[in-house]
Amino acid sequence: MNRRQALVTAGLVLLLIATVAISLATGPSALPPHKAMRILVSRLPGLSSLAPQATATEQAIVLDIRLPRLILALLVGAALAVAGAVMQSFFQNPMAAPSILGVSAGATLGATGAIMLGWQVTLLGLSSVPLAAFAGALVVSAAVYLLSRRGGRTPITLLLLTGIALGSLASAVSSFILIRGQQGDLDLVIIWMMGSLANRGWPEVQMILPYAIGASVVVYFYARELDVLLMGDEQAYYLGVPVERVKLILLTLASLLAAAAVAVTGAIGFIGLIVPHLMRLLVGPQHRILLPLCFLGGGVILGLADIAANMAGEIPIGIVTSIIGAPFFLYLLHRAREYEF
Amino acid sequence: MVNQHQILTAEEVVCGYDGRDVLHGVTIVVGRGEFVGLIGPNGSGKSTLLRALTGILPLSAGVVVLAGRSLGSYSRRQIAQRVAVVPQVSGSIFSFTVEDYVLMGRTPHLGRLQAQGPDDLHVAWQAMELADLTDLASRPVTELSGGELQRASLARAFAQQADILLLDEPTAFLDINHQHEIFELLTRFNQNEQKTIVCVSHDLNLAAQYCQRLIVLCEGRVHTQGPPQTVVTAEMIAEVYHAEVQVDTGPGGAPRVSLIPDVSATEDEQI
Repeated sequence: MNRRQALVTAGLVLLLIATVAISLATGPSALPPHKAMRILVSRLPGLSSLAPQATATEQAIVLDIRLPRLILALLVGAALAVAGAVMQSFFQNPMAAPSILGVSAGATLGATGAIMLGWQVTLLGLSSVPLAAFAGALVVSAAVYLLSRRGGRTPITLLLLTGIALGSLASAVSSFILIRGQQGDLDLVIIWMMGSLANRGWPEVQMILPYAIGASVVVYFYARELDVLLMGDEQAYYLGVPVERVKLILLTLASLLAAAAVAVTGAIGFIGLIVPHLMRLLVGPQHRILLPLCFLGGGVILGLADIAANMAGEIPIGIVTSIIGAPFFLYLLHRAREYEF
Repeated sequence: MVNQHQILTAEEVVCGYDGRDVLHGVTIVVGRGEFVGLIGPNGSGKSTLLRALTGILPLSAGVVVLAGRSLGSYSRRQIAQRVAVVPQVSGSIFSFTVEDYVLMGRTPHLGRLQAQGPDDLHVAWQAMELADLTDLASRPVTELSGGELQRASLARAFAQQADILLLDEPTAFLDINHQHEIFELLTRFNQNEQKTIVCVSHDLNLAAQYCQRLIVLCEGRVHTQGPPQTVVTAEMIAEVYHAEVQVDTGPGGAPRVSLIPDVSATEDEQI
């Protein structure tokens, strides 16, 4: 790790601590950040002496309502950013995003179906909406992959175009279900589509945790292959990478990460696109460094976005990420001259 | 010609793209330590043969044998430890430093999660020294000139420490000075390190000057092969390239090809 990479890491860790403190303090009943922090820290083993003077309600607000939501924001941001980094390297295109494989469209279709058709399934404390969204995302991305195979290979342009086609198809089916639904359900779907962390709790954290952590760790095992894939499929093959097998593994991991994230929060744009981009500008393209910083940075940035969404009167977080993300992305496009179009 | 010196052979290879065969039964034998040039007109199958030798192109018939075993019996990683390939275009839009770019050549020698060690760094720096790139080690590859980028690709292939180096038009798009620079570099690699090189080239003069042996492909078959002096003749070029040339001997002793201007039109007018 060179000096620059160490500085960026240290900066992100400090930002993470600030995010935790502000996030736990922010909400309808405001608390000073240091007090919220002490409520959290005093729960760690051996630190109970730090417990502040706080009412049971304050304790409950911090630990049962705000903490799970914060952890969820961190995990969703991390999962989206790592999935985005994988997609950009996979497609050898710094403009790729996790939604490219139809993950978002598939999740939307699943969620729409669950809300409008009134499916009632619960599993491990989760309602039918995240379960159906997760299933929809995985089914559509698997279909994209299978329809893009030609003679034992999956050319990336074919994947890209198949993703666009199946994504449109899934969106059309969602719209068809939507126009036949009732007003109340329609509102629910629209709010879901905008992405939100409101009213999420420990069950959602439990759902995304194994994917956000597990899949990210496995992705890290493939850091070198991701570096080499940036040279193109053919060059990667010549450097000894079994390209098709690695591609299948990476696509599966990226789809799982993105699907788990979208399932619990709805579609949140730009995190998967911008965070890897930003981190690459800061520390360079090597995945050994880039992937952990995407995990960290994605979490911090979504945590901050959720604070903003919360302060703005509980608006859907997807609006915040897009309002901040889109202009920032345009700025990146203009300053990054090395990308050729 | 079966002997222990042969390191890479293609036997009656038939292959192509999308069911259309480009090679119609090609047999070539490459000896250990040789510097072989593959020449022939556009569409003759030079690049296809090179890709067949790398194993990336499935064969319809025939077999490629690497060090006594069929290529199909090796894993991708094992092949990459033995054969390095420099394809025609191998730039990157991502700004790896030259050092990191060259270090990627160590990929087939590293296990999963195994970090690049001092040995790998040493090998990469030796490769950069050979390719005269040490001054550019921390420069992003996106900022290199065409010649520098080609040398970085070669250095990456050198860092692979494979016995065989396969190249597809390593001097395409380079000016005459850089063309010689690349071939001088390949010659040093061939002679000092006793590595085997098979190189596709468009440029007959460069190939004749630097390669020990030339294989001429024409319409998917081997037309002629042998040392440049016997292969590069006006007759061969008329037959294979349908071009009228004059062949004399260059300053280094290698055959030199010059085009004869097409004067038939003016002659016709005079008659």
